[in-house]
Amino acid sequence: MDFVAELTLFVLAIFLGVELITKVPPTLHTPLMSGSNAISGITLVGALIAAGSDAGMLVKVLGFIAVVLATINVIGGFMVTNRMLAMFKRK
Amino acid sequence: MQISQNWIDIAYLIAAVLFVLGIKGLTKPKTAVRGNMLAGAGMAVACVVTLLHRDIVSYEVIIAGILVGGIIGVLLAKKVQMTAMPQLVALLNGFGGGASFSVAAAEFFRGGHPDTVGIIATGAAVLIGAVTFTGSFVAFAKLQELIDGKPMGFPGMKAANAVLLLGSIVAIAYLVSNPGSPTVFWGLAIAAAVLGILLVMPIGGADMPVVIALLNSYSGVAASAAGFVMGNSALIITGSLVGASGLILTQIMCKAMNRSLTNVLFGVMAEGGETIDQDEVYAGKIKSTSAEEVAMLLETAQRVVIVPGFGLAMAQAQHAVRELADTLEANGIEVEYAIHPVAGRMPGHMNVLLAEAEVSYDKLKDMDTINPTFEQTDVAIVLGANDVTNPMAREDKGSPIYGMPILNVDKAKTVVVVKRSLSAGFAGLPNPLFAKDNTLMLFGDGKGAVVDITAALKEG
Repeated sequence: MDFVAELTLFVLAIFLGVELITKVPPTLHTPLMSGSNAISGITLVGALIAAGSDAGMLVKVLGFIAVVLATINVIGGFMVTNRMLAMFKRK
Repeated sequence: MQISQNWIDIAYLIAAVLFVLGIKGLTKPKTAVRGNMLAGAGMAVACVVTLLHRDIVSYEVIIAGILVGGIIGVLLAKKVQMTAMPQLVALLNGFGGGASFSVAAAEFFRGGHPDTVGIIATGAAVLIGAVTFTGSFVAFAKLQELIDGKPMGFPGMKAANAVLLLGSIVAIAYLVSNPGSPTVFWGLAIAAAVLGILLVMPIGGADMPVVIALLNSYSGVAASAAGFVMGNSALIITGSLVGASGLILTQIMCKAMNRSLTNVLFGVMAEGGETIDQDEVYAGKIKSTSAEEVAMLLETAQRVVIVPGFGLAMAQAQHAVRELADTLEANGIEVEYAIHPVAGRMPGHMNVLLAEAEVSYDKLKDMDTINPTFEQTDVAIVLGANDVTNPMAREDKGSPIYGMPILNVDKAKTVVVVKRSLSAGFAGLPNPLFAKDNTLMLFGDGKGAVVDITAALKEG
């Protein structure tokens, strides 16, 4: 993908993000933060490619660290968000 | 099995749509659980399809990493107490930054021939990722009280920060012309890591909501930068969504403290010219009360508002509060909760605690909704909140907190402040609320005091 196309995505996504997030009520701000932590674990996608490539020891080690950290974010983030939201759902 | 890049990109698009729908679900408590599931499904789609990427030739390291990370993630999510949620979010922010840093570093050492944009993006991902990583750990250590929560610094700290930031930018510029220099790369990484520590050290406990929200934003921006490095649309879109989210929360928190972001990050609280003498404000005007007296007051009330603050979390008093509210409601008294945006240590902290105690979320009122109702409130119970109720913010133009929006609890007929002592809040200011004619101080542990009031109510 060329740089301008990437930049277009980046800028439009920020505007979309602003529109979306301003509608989240204060009551849900903590789950929003842990949920967006989970979503930012999307770095896992890059981590998987680094960890699975055949580019030498250093890259594999860095890839492994990235996979571990991003997986904690994804699994921990979604699970703890779910735990919190279940409490809000009750009534 | 390998599939073409087009199919991978289409799967990423589906994932991005699911993330957007997921966040949209978070705009209402009723749809929030489903929203979280949708976002999770988006993540699963993105990850599974990535495993089919042509660059992936072996799976051992991947499986090991997912197992280790997965176990840690499950343990963290299951074990964490609701009162410790700010710490967990701080940790997760840090892991996010660390992951983006590692991805960018791995890409750097894979040694392709990145263009100028690729190198700048790598530098940005390394810089922001490392700052987020170490900064979040300092925030975590402060919240967990592993280190002192008070602002810490040394003379020349701002100059040191400026040097580190400038040095990092120079390093990135150098890498653009000499992309193969590991020494400069690690120099950049170390400078950024130190910068992260120095940036968060001087920020005090009550400003943590701002810092956590800001680091949340950084972790998103770092992911986005890593996306530019790899030319990966999923990372770019998702990272900027998260970046925007953190930024908006940061803005909300700053507004709620009537301070600019630069002031929170670099300024000390305005060191008000004259120090206000605590004795002068309090002398002879403090009325101490007992749980029995408060219970008698509550028996004749029609409307009670509970104002929770960080002290509620400290005392783990959320269940005791719910029980008190239940007892009051059983006697036909209306009970609501007044939530200041910066109450607690992160955005929405109080709401989560009270939700844990099964308080219905429609009873949790934000500042603008509840403030006009204090005049019709018989008793306001302030539980572990201090600065956010300080009338000086409204009345005293010389006060460092002047202009900060507060909860107007002093307009209630009677205010009961549950507090251990008359010690000042984070702002270091005396609170004239405590000395008002309609204020009663109930000294003691938050949880114990609430339990005592409930017991007295049930007896009476």
